[in-house]
Amino acid sequence: MNLEFLSQIPLLLTIVYCVAVVAFVFLFVLFSNWLERKISAHIQDRLGPMETGGWHGWSQAIADALKLLFKEDIIPAAADNKLFRLAPYLVFVGSLAGFAVLPFGAQLIGSDLNIGMYYVIAISSLVVIGILMAGWASNNKWALYGAMRAAAQMVSYEVPVALSLLVPVIMSGTMSMQEIVHNQEGYFWNWYVFRMFPFSFVAFIIYFWASLAEVNRNPFDLPEAESELVAGYFTEYSGMRFAIFFLAEYGNMFVVSAIAATVFLGGWQAPFPFLKFIPGAVWFIGKAMSLVFVQMWLRWTLPRLRVDQLMHVCWKIFLPFSFANLMLVGLWAVLWGK
Amino acid sequence: MKETKELNIPLGPDPEKLLKLDLSHNPFGERMTLQMGPQHPATHGVLRLELQTDGEIVTQITPYIGYLHRCFEKIAESVSYPQVIPYVDRMDYLSSMNMSLGYALNVEKLMGIQVNERIQTIRVLVCEMNRIASHCVAIATYGLDIGAWTPLLFLFQEREHILDLFEELCGGRLLFNYIRIGGLSHDIPPGWTDKVLQFCDYMIPKIPELNELLSFNKIFIERTANVGVMSSKLAIAYGITGPNLRATGVDYDMRRDEPYSGYQNYQFKPAIGRGEQGQPGDCWDRYIVRVREIEESLKIMKQAIARLPEGDVKEQMPKNFNKMPIGDSFVRTEAPRGELGIYLVSDGTKKPYRVKARSGAYCSISALPAFATGCLIADLVAIVASIDIVLGEVDR
Repeated sequence: MNLEFLSQIPLLLTIVYCVAVVAFVFLFVLFSNWLERKISAHIQDRLGPMETGGWHGWSQAIADALKLLFKEDIIPAAADNKLFRLAPYLVFVGSLAGFAVLPFGAQLIGSDLNIGMYYVIAISSLVVIGILMAGWASNNKWALYGAMRAAAQMVSYEVPVALSLLVPVIMSGTMSMQEIVHNQEGYFWNWYVFRMFPFSFVAFIIYFWASLAEVNRNPFDLPEAESELVAGYFTEYSGMRFAIFFLAEYGNMFVVSAIAATVFLGGWQAPFPFLKFIPGAVWFIGKAMSLVFVQMWLRWTLPRLRVDQLMHVCWKIFLPFSFANLMLVGLWAVLWGK
Repeated sequence: MKETKELNIPLGPDPEKLLKLDLSHNPFGERMTLQMGPQHPATHGVLRLELQTDGEIVTQITPYIGYLHRCFEKIAESVSYPQVIPYVDRMDYLSSMNMSLGYALNVEKLMGIQVNERIQTIRVLVCEMNRIASHCVAIATYGLDIGAWTPLLFLFQEREHILDLFEELCGGRLLFNYIRIGGLSHDIPPGWTDKVLQFCDYMIPKIPELNELLSFNKIFIERTANVGVMSSKLAIAYGITGPNLRATGVDYDMRRDEPYSGYQNYQFKPAIGRGEQGQPGDCWDRYIVRVREIEESLKIMKQAIARLPEGDVKEQMPKNFNKMPIGDSFVRTEAPRGELGIYLVSDGTKKPYRVKARSGAYCSISALPAFATGCLIADLVAIVASIDIVLGEVDR
């Protein structure tokens, strides 16, 4: 897809891309919401939505979104009004901003920053501020518990996430997302997940599990643990504000999967060179979606960890392993080159 | 119960290495009062737990009950003996058959009725079926509280088969009103026993499936083993009975040790908690005892169908209750949530003078502050789920 001519008018390009990304996020959330219902239903031996819209309840998510849109917007009397209103947007912005550096195709990227990876790690930390804000402003004890858990969990898990993302950075010698993808050109064994075996593979596994905690998915969904904390940090939210949290959560799911697809699974590169006629965006979204599917699969299979176990996994297992892994990859790169 | 003030985090087999927390003074600030319930997803109905929390650690638990109080005992004084049965059914609404059996046996003891073999066998059969249905709900909601959604749907599906069989038997799916004083409301329909046998054959391979999905899941074991350990001494002191008592390692089952309704004719082995994954009497033991009880109940069901004698299920039902003997009687039976004891006083009229029920779930919940204090909030959810309470039985 050649959008080169648009670069003559940078402002227009930016606007077009922004609209396209927001539209993509909304479409993705609607689709993956429906997908999650269907996947959970089939895992649990039922059918899931079958009526709304006709074919396999395809418009169930749209009906849900409309319902949330028309619901009464309740702000508790004791809540901190300004923070309560601001928090969902902060969470959503943190999730949406990650899309700016996702390389959907060779030319299809919002901004190919030379510090793209650094930007992603930094911007994803914004989400936790929004969640803390939501929990505090709700003036609800369950929401506060959820927010505190989220803060502890997301800040802790950023460390193994960052350490394991540094492995492909060392391997490619750049932080630019596009260059990382270009370095994985060719057959699928050139993807970083299959190179420097097993270090890169270990980094991929650690990244995937830690990113589950980063986006509060099962088995690390403690901040919104339904059976313990009612609904966690968004207990008091209703209507569209709740929907925005929902959007951010699903958007985050896609962002972390897309980053894994970019840096470990070759991004928009086809697994075989003769499949290059298929647009890169298809490969990219396909790879990211298959990781999203695994996330959903885990959610409907596994129970939830406890707070201390969660911290144990992070600081005593993921962190030492990812650190040692990073060291060994660095050593390998120094001794034998990339 | 001050000695339970230690964090229930497994830090090794050596009890001296358990993290001791001095909770008498907290230099970092005050404790927070947290109202868990009556509207909370994990309190299994309308239980309210008032918690004093220090961060995520629960330092004090006070259960408040009574949100589902329906004056069963008082209503029973103003209706006639057979009319009490629908109220008894509504005590533990997940195992109505077991509840009405306890009451019916009591009135029969008072009136000196010895029901025939067929009635006894059918009663055992339906009670064991209801026990399976009840344990299915207990295990399913347990998994849900730990965060596993899928076992809930799987087990409700198995329960559905039992409810379908009950519907065919007596029309009810939750509250049956089936076991009557001196008999049953209907005889079993033709071909029904074959369907029950089919269900047994269907259910037996489902247990290993459940074990794979939930029982031996690493995360599930981590969450439940060594959590909420109830010693057998504490269990006996608080009058805890049923699966919760057996999970602590006490080999005691009313069906075997004090048989009623012909339970002495069946071969079965009560499941005992042995601390396979942690210590005896922890949450995992309370879970696995219920899973194994399902297997034992299936065995009893098969035996009951094999020995089902001929007879009339209605011939011994009393025609009227005008000439009740004066006196009192107490009968205890093994309900899925512990021993159900019903005490009945008769003054000779057709209405009971006094009915008092003693339920297993009520005792289980009274012990909660004694063995759950000092755990984390997430552990408390697991413990409340593991003692398997039904608030209808607690409040009555």
